[in-house]
Amino acid sequence: MQVTRRQFFKVSAAGLSASSLAVLGYAPGTALADVRQYKLNRATETRNNCTYCSVGCGILMYSLGDGAKNATKKIFHIEGDPDHPVSRGSLCPKGAGLIDYIHSPQRLKYPEVREAGSNEWKRISWDEAIERIARLMKDDRDANFIEKNEKGQLVNRWTTTGMLGSSAASNETGILDVKFARALGMVHLENQARLCHGPSVAGLAPSFGRGAMTNNWVDIKNANVILVMGGNPAEAHPVGFKWAVEAKIKNNAYMMVVDPRFNRSAAVADFYAPIRAGADAAFLLGIANYLLGNDKIQHEYVKAYTNAPLIVREDFSFEEGLFSGYDAEKRSYDRSSWAYELGADGYALRDDTLQHPRCVFNLLKKHVERYTPEMVSSICGTPKEDFLHVCEKLAATSAPDKTTSILYALGWTHHVGGSQIIRASAIVQLLLGNIGMPGGGINALRGHSNVQGFTDLGVLTTMLPGYLTLPNENQESLKTYLEQRTPKTLVDKQINFWKNTPKFMVSFLKGMWGEHATAENEWGYHWLPKWDRSYDVMAFVEQMAKGKANGYLIQGFNVIAAAASSGKVREGLAKLKYMVVIDPLQTETSSFWQNHGEFNEVNPAEIQTTVFRLPSSCFAEETGSIANSGRWLQWHWAGQTPPHEAWHDGKILGTLLMKLRELYAKEGGVCPEPLMNVDWHYHDPKDPHPEEVAKQMNGYALADLFDDKGNQIAKKGDLLASFAHLRDDGTTTSLCWIYTGQWTQAGNMMARRDNTDTGFGNTPGWAFAWPANRRLLYNRASADPAGKPWDPKRQFLSWDGAKWSGADVPDYPITAAPGSGVSPFIMLQDGVGHLFSLGAMTDGPFPEHYEPEESPIPANPLHEKNGQSPVARIFKDDKPSFGSREEFPYVATSYSITEMFRHWTKHARLNAIAQPEQFVEISEKLAAKKGIKAGDLIKVSSKRGFIRGKAVVTKRVMTLQVAGQEVEQVGIPVHWGFEGTTRKGFLANTLSPRVGDANTHTPEYKAFLVNVEKA
Amino acid sequence: MSMQSQDIIRRSATSGLTPPPQVRDHKLEVAKLIDVSICIGCKGCQVACSEWNDIRDEVGHNHGVYDNPVDLSAKSWTVMRFAEHQDEGGRLQWLIRKDGCMHCADPGCLKACPSPGAIIQYANGVVDFQSEQCIGCGYCVAGCPFNVPRINKDDNKAYKCTLCSDRLAVGQEPSCVKTCPTGAIQFGTKEDMKQVAAQRIKDLQARGFKNAGLYDPEGVGGTHVMYVLHHADRPELYSNLPKDPQISTTVSLWKGMLKPLATIGIAAAGLFGFLHYTTVGPNRAEEEDEHEQHETEEVSK
Repeated sequence: MQVTRRQFFKVSAAGLSASSLAVLGYAPGTALADVRQYKLNRATETRNNCTYCSVGCGILMYSLGDGAKNATKKIFHIEGDPDHPVSRGSLCPKGAGLIDYIHSPQRLKYPEVREAGSNEWKRISWDEAIERIARLMKDDRDANFIEKNEKGQLVNRWTTTGMLGSSAASNETGILDVKFARALGMVHLENQARLCHGPSVAGLAPSFGRGAMTNNWVDIKNANVILVMGGNPAEAHPVGFKWAVEAKIKNNAYMMVVDPRFNRSAAVADFYAPIRAGADAAFLLGIANYLLGNDKIQHEYVKAYTNAPLIVREDFSFEEGLFSGYDAEKRSYDRSSWAYELGADGYALRDDTLQHPRCVFNLLKKHVERYTPEMVSSICGTPKEDFLHVCEKLAATSAPDKTTSILYALGWTHHVGGSQIIRASAIVQLLLGNIGMPGGGINALRGHSNVQGFTDLGVLTTMLPGYLTLPNENQESLKTYLEQRTPKTLVDKQINFWKNTPKFMVSFLKGMWGEHATAENEWGYHWLPKWDRSYDVMAFVEQMAKGKANGYLIQGFNVIAAAASSGKVREGLAKLKYMVVIDPLQTETSSFWQNHGEFNEVNPAEIQTTVFRLPSSCFAEETGSIANSGRWLQWHWAGQTPPHEAWHDGKILGTLLMKLRELYAKEGGVCPEPLMNVDWHYHDPKDPHPEEVAKQMNGYALADLFDDKGNQIAKKGDLLASFAHLRDDGTTTSLCWIYTGQWTQAGNMMARRDNTDTGFGNTPGWAFAWPANRRLLYNRASADPAGKPWDPKRQFLSWDGAKWSGADVPDYPITAAPGSGVSPFIMLQDGVGHLFSLGAMTDGPFPEHYEPEESPIPANPLHEKNGQSPVARIFKDDKPSFGSREEFPYVATSYSITEMFRHWTKHARLNAIAQPEQFVEISEKLAAKKGIKAGDLIKVSSKRGFIRGKAVVTKRVMTLQVAGQEVEQVGIPVHWGFEGTTRKGFLANTLSPRVGDANTHTPEYKAFLVNVEKA
Repeated sequence: MSMQSQDIIRRSATSGLTPPPQVRDHKLEVAKLIDVSICIGCKGCQVACSEWNDIRDEVGHNHGVYDNPVDLSAKSWTVMRFAEHQDEGGRLQWLIRKDGCMHCADPGCLKACPSPGAIIQYANGVVDFQSEQCIGCGYCVAGCPFNVPRINKDDNKAYKCTLCSDRLAVGQEPSCVKTCPTGAIQFGTKEDMKQVAAQRIKDLQARGFKNAGLYDPEGVGGTHVMYVLHHADRPELYSNLPKDPQISTTVSLWKGMLKPLATIGIAAAGLFGFLHYTTVGPNRAEEEDEHEQHETEEVSK
């Protein structure tokens, strides 16, 4: 270091003087040195779970006051709960910044209304708000409720007012949403799962029986190979990703990332391979082809535990991108040929030698043989050697003692063929024998903290709790419904657990209507609304835009930011008569009518929607449970009361329902029975307590119950211990059968905190996991049919001569002996994992690669005809909103980054500091071509609108060679908007197209076309 | 591992004649180990640091990179620095380094600090700033080989990472360590951390990073914040982590050779100043430099 004269003087003259003065006794006598006071001494500590993602990290909230009556609690610090088996004290930047969400300046303080055409919010009282909302709802319901359809079928539905629940709310709020909305006859009842992991359920349930993450967070540490594809857990689930890193460090695992951009997961992976957004199915089917072609499959597993040997009907076919049964006019399939050939006994025919040309194994081989490494490389833009490297590493885990764990999230679900991408991964894992194995599985990393719960509770248009379906209008009686919904057993000796559907449904109806549900009125079946079509988010936006909807109750769901094509959502909301937003925060949805310049170009005077904004509590102020991605129902406690005039969600719903009942009692109205009869026997009907709601979800014995040997299993009034105790004769109640066991006579199982590891990182004493506290689904498949573990080091369950036991609750009849012939996938009709998914999916029993609706290449290299999904969800009115590759040459893909959670953390100062301003990621090559430098403001436009953001020019976005041409990708993080603590930004979904997955109507957010220019 | 006022082993601008109380020196040396090879750059540590310490920086701008805040400040005591690196084989690496105070065993800041007791070193190795004593001269900034301390404009005092000395004092790990999602930040005795590092280095070498190693630079006597680097031979790849950090010559010079001489001179000057003040009144500084002026006033008090 250079020493300047000045520096020398500075230091030696003035500086030195101070120290030397001490010699003269000039140092202050009180020059004490001490650390800062520890700020948590005696602060009240409350346990809760992070409200953002589905890792469900444990948190400790510290508040002022020691609980004394005279002190008002206020949370002032939050850190991780070291006892929590998944998070072990960690929190990502979102969780670490929770305090600034709780105390965000954008928290709503009191009820407000924006009158039609007005340009301002007006403070109103709760009484006025509830009174006015109830009046608007009743008037609309009475005017538009449909008791009977044109065919004269009883349908009891109300289509003109819809409701959105929030997958960040507790299960206790969720089940109240279900009771409230269904009792009023609403069919548009949805939550964020629709825009999120809908395709996970649609892809995983037909493959294995349940639509959930097969393993759990901690189990990832047992893997030998980790494939991160269609997800970016380092950014979206950082604390869950801990266990992937643990596998690397402690289990010498090899981690690979396949993603359109080199992301933060790739930063710590052993290998990264780029892929074009929207080409995942081709990549995975290419892997299946590699495994079959190179004989790298787990033979015994495939034969015993998949439907490889079962024979498919002769009239099944696949040609030129179409499966048998296609109806071009209806854009749908008749799925009857996608089935097994049945014998006289009603069971599927089989060929255990796998020689029959129509056994699933050979059909699959034929189906995937087109996906050669060259073809994969051409479609995906992945260099061939990179693709083969991934194949080789995965293939090594076909050994019985090796496993691959696949981690994915919205990078797979957010595609027009999202459900089938997940199906393709299921095929790969079944061929490798990795399902049911510790360290294996397909780990759907769910989004919101309780999106698993809201999916479980059926807060979705055609669903009911526990994966029962809401009846359609042709299911005119409970008998018809149960006949159609109870599956037949297709292979001898199998459990086919859904055969119990009548028990689950009748117990639900008893929970729904209480004493009003009787055998005579089919347990109140007719009071449920019956659907004619799906009223999902995309469909309701369409309905609003056409002026065919009047009201919208929106609870913790920023729909204008989250749904595809924000412009169309805005257009729709502007045509409503009334909208009620229940939220802790100011959202773009509630202020969609406000002019924010080019961020939200509207004229308030022209918008006649009356908007109510009701302040609700946030997670830190409520008690209740949320279900994490590993299906753990975790109970949490409030650390402070809701601020200002905010109310709990349950209180808002209860007060509103009681007001509606009052109006109906006074004035009469259309079809009052369901809303008057819905079971609402809470200690205070206006403000149900979470504890009583949680017990209702679990269910009660309504009479003394005895097992088939005559032993009493429950007394009348007891909380049920297991869904095995449910009955179809009205003697049991359970609002959500898969949750039975969560709160039993022994107490609240969800509040358990014993983190003892029973092996392989299992902690069965922590909280409660559905179903039946099982932590690793299909775990019987960890051992061969004779009961011997595939991997001697992975003895997960063992047979003691009388029953199964081990590290986990067996996902299997515990007394079914080895060699009994009962297969491990007990929820499926045939007991085996599905390489061929029968008629469970709307777009084919095998996955196929179709080009995105907006594709950068002229034709699908596999088949020019039918190059795009023949059954994708597209509304006619939206067709002009799709752009061409000539006009919009670049592939855009949207995503989340670590520092932010969707459109939420922008309200938290700590997170706003970490990512203050909207940006877009582009390659160095594209930047050079367009004359763009890092930090320049750029404009990204699609056929549907534009956004502006700062350019992040990076090597991490690579130019790809796809089908003989160069393809550039544009990365669009979604987190900013015109409300919040960050700098103002554009809603990224202004750009995304309205085209949905055929099975779930989940929109394509991850592959569409844009143009880029310097702004 | 507690750190009370009696556990100080070094104190800025304090002569050997009037040392701080330091009899309680039988302490375990602590260290924070940052394993860059498993850091995902999530900024959890950044946020947890600000949360625990009750500081909130400005909401800034995007500068075309992921780094935000773009630099350390009086209200950002740690920041993530992102660097894209293409290796010899053409494969991309994203090297992400958590930057902040290294808690040097031989702290340049402390040596440079002219204000008695404004910078102290505890027996466990933590280097802590005592804001009450800080005179805002900025010498610690000049003296730091890692360019870490920052002066806060509002109160003209220097700030940096305390290694959460308040948490350590009650037996807790620092906030950033606790929160780190992947375990890239670990904490313990320096000896234990070296062992953890050795295992990680072995693993990295087995995965093809031949030059993986520990960053615990000798030039500052070793540090109580250490890095595991995949390219320990080229620390500069990690957003210019100094290869061989040294205490600046200025600081070493005056602390070493010139100090005894200067002490006598300054003692005389001080005595003169005192007499001047008591007989004539306060002197008016003529130096243009505001820092120096401010400091002179401080000293004259």
